[in-house]
Formats: sequence, structure tokens, C-alpha cells
Amino acid sequence: MKKILHTPVSNADLEGISVGDIVYLTGHIVTCRDVAHRRLVALGQELPYPLAGKAIFHAGPIIEPTAFGYNMVAIGPTTSMRMERFEAEFIAATGVKVVVGKGGMGAKTAAACREHKALHCVFPGGCAVLGATAVEAIEGVEWLDLGMPEAFWIMRVKELGPLIVSIDAEGNNLFETNKALYAERKETVLGEIAKQVAYIK
Amino acid sequence: MAEQLQKLTEIITRFLDIVGKRLPDDVMLKLKDLRSNAGTDLERILYDSMFDNMDQAIALNRPVCQDTGVISFYVKAGNESKLLPVIKQALVAAVGEATEKSPLRHNAVEIFDEKNTGTNIGERVPFIVWDIVSGTGEVEIEAYMAGGGGSLPGRAITLMPSAGYEGVAKYVFDTMVELGVNACPPLIVGVGIAGSAEIAALLSKKAILRPLGTKHHNPRGAEFEQLLAEGLNNLGIGAQGLPGNTFVMGVHVESAARHPSSLSVGVSVGCWAHRRGTLRLHDDLAPVLVSHRGVSL
Repeated sequence: MKKILHTPVSNADLEGISVGDIVYLTGHIVTCRDVAHRRLVALGQELPYPLAGKAIFHAGPIIEPTAFGYNMVAIGPTTSMRMERFEAEFIAATGVKVVVGKGGMGAKTAAACREHKALHCVFPGGCAVLGATAVEAIEGVEWLDLGMPEAFWIMRVKELGPLIVSIDAEGNNLFETNKALYAERKETVLGEIAKQVAYIK
Repeated sequence: MAEQLQKLTEIITRFLDIVGKRLPDDVMLKLKDLRSNAGTDLERILYDSMFDNMDQAIALNRPVCQDTGVISFYVKAGNESKLLPVIKQALVAAVGEATEKSPLRHNAVEIFDEKNTGTNIGERVPFIVWDIVSGTGEVEIEAYMAGGGGSLPGRAITLMPSAGYEGVAKYVFDTMVELGVNACPPLIVGVGIAGSAEIAALLSKKAILRPLGTKHHNPRGAEFEQLLAEGLNNLGIGAQGLPGNTFVMGVHVESAARHPSSLSVGVSVGCWAHRRGTLRLHDDLAPVLVSHRGVSL
């Protein structure tokens, strides 16, 4: 059965969700990437929209203006690790509950997810039309001075997903755990390759 | 001349539209193969999402990925072509047109001004790399949409020759495990080997433009490609950098003779949504879309 999170998401909603689980999101999610994080955390600016209990999407969409507002053409995740420098403080300051992006995030973010009860999830990268078809409406936009990809797009979504949980509210971190395993295998594989590529003699 | 420019611009605008919405034949074939061999539920869900997305992109006439990248062109221009005077102008104009019509995301941020131009046209962008080919009137235009996520792992280094090809392999693996996992695997990995960093870097980009299944011209080069690809696929990394069996669709090496004292390596990656296209044309402006058989311009 599909596990669907509805915003506002409470701490109790996140109990029992573990890394590797697949969830879907219904409700409000806002695009928030490099400069939006910098503005809140490093420059001390106030966010133009409250995020407590809601979700952010590390994403820079393609948007078409229409007679009545905006149409979502394509939206998919961008590399979450770029936001690692700011994300822990961002979660603490906003009370955001679900961070959606691509690839893993680091130890600081995982600690913040544990302390403040939040998830980091992976939406499959490159699946921007799937993402766009989950958007029911673009309810607003702020910080358009940053350009289309970086602006703060406020969206209402229905069953956005699949979202693969990469950090759970206990602070377990799927990518970091795997990284150690990959590094170990890398040494073994490189040892084998080295025996076969001694071309300089 | 004006008519030629207009016609060529129209052709390239349509070409870019296709490249943003459909993956080339070789990549489609590979992804279908990987989908049918997906080993876990998670992998199956990811590949299903990718294929759903590609179907919807065609049905709704939208770009496959929201990040339509910085547009790069690799042009092999025959020196007998009468199109030479208008090619560059047409490429730049077509990027502007496609940005509005497709539409493409705005991805050109001017350095120091830190402003997005909103047109995908900026300083030295679209980026154009030229090869002049003697004795032909044919022009081959390769377009590549270099997304941000796919560009982040790109890097180059100059090693001491004492590091050997073992050092080259290590640099590729370090780059891939540290950075490639976040770049939307399964990836196409390009490795440039040369005597200085800028040559190696450019060659690594050219390497990811080679169709899947092609090999380095030197048997050792081909062996090296295969060893790296098999090794990277033995790490347990799968689609989206999550656990799985296929980290890379292929490893391609391009090389240039090196200085005796240096051994430079460049690494570039292309994400699974590898937006690459190859167009051939002559003076009659009848285009052939080599990369996407059965798709008409």
C-alpha cells in the first residue's frame, strides 16, 4: 500500500519510516536551493513563506507563464549535497519536515533530521515530467529576482513520488552507510585493475 | 546568406527540441536492457519511473529533465561547406529560439555579474568546439545538454608519470565514488588522458559523446575502458546512487599523446538522461538525424 504523507506533517507521522522506504507527498512543497538557503542561513533574511510542517524541493523547474499565473512544465531534483553547508540550520530555523532532492546528504543534515524530526528523500533524478504531473497548482512565487531555476516556487502537489527515504527521523543515513561499503569495495577492485594496467614499463 | 542562416537556425532549433525530449537510440537500447535486468524492487521502481517519465515527456511534448543544461556544440565542419560563414550565428540563434519554444530552462549565469541571462546565451555560451575536416562539404553537429548535476563531478588532475595508469584508474574511481553517486546513475563516464589538464578535460567530454558500444582505437585503450566499466559496476552502486547492480552504462576513453613528464586525467560524466544528438547536413540543408533513427525533424 502507498504510504502518503500529508502536509502539515507531524513528528508522529514520521515514526516508523526508515531509510530505504518509499513514500509519496500530498500538500505543500516549495522549491528551495542554493541561494534561498544562503539567504536564510548566511544572510539572515526571512523566508517569504512559512515552512513549518511542510516540504522543500531541491529543484529548479521549467515554468511557463499563463494568462492566470504559471504552468509547471518540468520539475525534478537537483544535487542535495550542494545544500549540506546550510541544511541543518535551515531545518532548525524553519521546522520543515520533508526535504526532497537527489543523492545523499551529510552528517550535519542527518543530525538535524534526528534532532528536529525530519526526512531527506530522493525523488528519481531526470524524471521531471513525472514531477510536473504531480503538481496540482503553483500557488505563488517569491524571489523571482534569482531567475526561474532559483526562485521560491510554492506548489500544491498530489502524491509526489516515489520518494526514497535517504535520511530518516532517527538520523539513519542510507548514502553515508553505503559510502563506507563502496569505499571498501573500491580498494579491492582497484587492486585487481592495477595488476592489469602496468602499461608504463 | 540570410535565407541560409534562417533555414539553418530553424533546423537546429528543432534539433535541440528533439534532443531535450528524447534520448538517443544507443542510450534507449541500453536503458531497456538495464530495466529488464533490474535485480531489486527498488531498482525496478526507479527504472519504471524513468520509463514512465520518458513516455510522458513524448506524450506531453516536454523536456525529459527540467535541467536542460548549458548547451554545448561539437562541430565537425567540412572545409568545402558553404555553410561555414553562418554556422556559429545559427547555433547561437537556435539556442535562443529553443529556449522559448521547447521551452528550455534558463541556465546561463554571467560570471561576476551573477545574473541569469534568461536566454541560455551568455559569455562563450553556447559553448562551441570546432574541428575542421579537409576535403568534404559535410557538417556534423553534435549537441549536448550539460546538466548541473552531471557537471558537478567533472574534474581533472595532472599526475606524475610514476602514478601510471594505475593512478589514472584510481582517480576515476575516487571521482566516481565520491561525486558520481549524486549525478543520476547509471552514468556514461568519459576519461581523457593527455599531457596537460585542459586537454584531458576536453577529451573527457568528447568521450561521453561517443555512442555506447564504441571502443577506444587502441586495444589497450579498449581493455582499459572495459576494466574500468566492469570495476565500477562491481561496487554495488545502482540507479540514483542507491544500492544496485549498474553504476555505469559505459566508460569511454579519449586520448592525446602526453609529455614525457606528465600524465593528466580528466573525468566527465553524463547522467542516465543523456541528452545528446548528432545531426549531419550538406549545403542543400537536408538534415539527417543520425542519433535518433525514425524521428523526423
